[in-house]
Amino acid sequence: MALPQVKQDATEARLTALTMPEGGCLGSARDEALRRLRAMGLPSRRDEYWKYTRPDTLVSPDAARAAVFHNDETPMFGAFDRLRIVFVDGVFDAEASDDLTMEGVRIDRLEDICCKDIHWAKDLYGVLEARGQKPVERPLAALNTAYATDGVAIHVTGKLSKPISLSYVHKDEASDAILHHVIRVESGAEATILENGPAASRFNKCIEIDIADGGTLHHVRAQGRDHERRAATHMFTRLGRESVYKSFTLTVNGVLTRNEQVIELTGDDAVAHVAGACVGDGDFHHDDTVFITHDAVNCESRQVFKKVLRNGATGVFQGKILVKEGAQKTDGYQISQSLLLDGDSQFLAKPELEIYADDVACSHGSTSGAIDDTALFYLRSRGVPEKKATDMLTLAFLAEAVQEVEDRAIAEDIVTRLQGWLDRRS
Amino acid sequence: MLEIKNLHVKLEEEDKQILKGVDLTVEAGKVHAIMGPNGSGKSTLSYVLSGRDGYEVTEGTAELEGANLLDMEPEERAAAGVFLAFQYPVEIPGVGNMTFLRTAVNAQRKARGEEELSASDFLKLVREKAKALKIDAEMLKRPVNVGFSGGEKKRNEILQMAMLEPKMCILDETDSGLDVDAMKLVADGVNALRDEGRGFLVITHYQRLLDHIKPDVVHIMADGRIIKTGGPELALEVEHNGYGDILAEVQ
Ligand SMILES: Nc1ncnc2c1ncn2[C@@H]1O[C@H](COP(=O)(O)OP(=O)(O)O)[C@@H](O)[C@H]1O
Ligand SMILES: [Mg+2]
Repeated sequence: MALPQVKQDATEARLTALTMPEGGCLGSARDEALRRLRAMGLPSRRDEYWKYTRPDTLVSPDAARAAVFHNDETPMFGAFDRLRIVFVDGVFDAEASDDLTMEGVRIDRLEDICCKDIHWAKDLYGVLEARGQKPVERPLAALNTAYATDGVAIHVTGKLSKPISLSYVHKDEASDAILHHVIRVESGAEATILENGPAASRFNKCIEIDIADGGTLHHVRAQGRDHERRAATHMFTRLGRESVYKSFTLTVNGVLTRNEQVIELTGDDAVAHVAGACVGDGDFHHDDTVFITHDAVNCESRQVFKKVLRNGATGVFQGKILVKEGAQKTDGYQISQSLLLDGDSQFLAKPELEIYADDVACSHGSTSGAIDDTALFYLRSRGVPEKKATDMLTLAFLAEAVQEVEDRAIAEDIVTRLQGWLDRRS
Repeated sequence: MLEIKNLHVKLEEEDKQILKGVDLTVEAGKVHAIMGPNGSGKSTLSYVLSGRDGYEVTEGTAELEGANLLDMEPEERAAAGVFLAFQYPVEIPGVGNMTFLRTAVNAQRKARGEEELSASDFLKLVREKAKALKIDAEMLKRPVNVGFSGGEKKRNEILQMAMLEPKMCILDETDSGLDVDAMKLVADGVNALRDEGRGFLVITHYQRLLDHIKPDVVHIMADGRIIKTGGPELALEVEHNGYGDILAEVQ
């Protein structure tokens, strides 16, 4: 099917604003990604998958300016012992980063994987992204593979003593960053990846994660508070037998965020949990789009997404569980809920189940509602002021998602940030 | 302590009059009981006194120690000393019972210009009060009322009352759904709080509870009015003969 002319023009217009980095060993992966992209075209408002989120500002040739938000809060994860890798407006900052060596892991910059001949990374780059283009197209991820200017390759071979932290600093109001990371967790190895910060005025980020049999990856992300920033992120994760992937995202503010998680359970007894808590005001628009494919026996997947929306904010959830033929004993759970703190905000949800095996237990639920009057009165009747009572109920609403974070200290820090958001609003 | 005069209340959403002129005075140190058939407006009275939305006072007044309750927000009434033990205690998933109690105690102290309780003082106090009500540490840790049995919920109400030390305690059918042992625990909890400075309004269907919490005055409410007031013997009369005779008598 030929691409509509408008779409073709929009795609070419975007491409002229970009320069493909010197290919090296990734050259063919980049070229193929570009071919994929040209065949699909960048998303437009008419695409079914972009029905609830307007992609215009994500695909325009130039990024809209976004003010850098200064605040005196300690940065997320600031109090934790971690190996820091810092990117400023999408560029690796060696000065600000720690030494990249640590026992049980090897970390290389993307630009070094060719000269250092990092096979696994060359073999992973663009591969999971390409697989993730079916059955639904994700053109912004293909664009990322083709044009990413920086990123890291993280090879986890042991149980890491501390988390690896990717910090994304935003300094330039006109920055337009494209980062691509690849992560491989070997059999029996275990790591925690932290991500935080607004990254850039416009941020396109892709991570491809390959977890071998019995490997474990925890991922906790806090997207920066710069309100005017825009981000489109993709995480493509493939899980082997008895492997575990647990991902949680906190989003406080941001005029546009689209987080896609594409997860493939390919080995028996694997576990994948994805969760998110977001809170936003006004022109805040937050989209969680998840696609989980069960392609093995006795796997478990869990999606828990909670959104608190105020003053006309918009929340979107598109979540699908696909259970392939033969993926018996699948346990799939999905819940997406929004708490609307006023009548202007809206939550648009599209939960989907597609099941081709007969012995499975899958459930999904989606709700949207206001603060429970009865609970509010109960708290107030005990002397708790209305604002405080509302805040307590709001945090209680988010708790189910935050509980997905296994590290108690990090979970507490997340609650503190959410409390901060509530406190800043009278 | 509590002075209600000619209180008329209708539903905000519908044109339905529920209280049709209630007069009631509860003196400090006294226990007043309200009995009456289902639907007579007992719960409505308790909600209107504690400030729940959805009701409109069309006439009359309600004062606590001379202060107009009807002008206050629910939290202000609580700080002024009103406490309602709910007929149906509310489950709040995601809010720990302990956090809830501490927030409530300290919010009231703050509103009254008193110092907040330290974490350790609070803990000591709550453990002591919980023990008397046979509420274990596990129950204190769980989310408010979530997964509690009927009896546990009612005991939890009394625990809140004991922690908040209100001036005016309103108990709405705190005995319903309780077995004899639980009823005894609850009654002991209430009796422990009886003192000269505190008033009680005990709403109940049955004489049973009043065997344990001895009332000074008993009122019978029907169709939004107090139709008869007497001593403890009035409760016994209802127990034996039902409301039929009394209702017939006033008509
Ligand atoms: N929120 C409400 N909506 C509709 N009807 C109500 C509401 N609250 C009370 N009522 C009605 O008012 C009357 C009194 O109810 P209630 O105060 O619960 O009585 P009691 O506690 O004595 O059983 C009943 O007819 C009840 O149906
Ligand atoms: Mg009632």
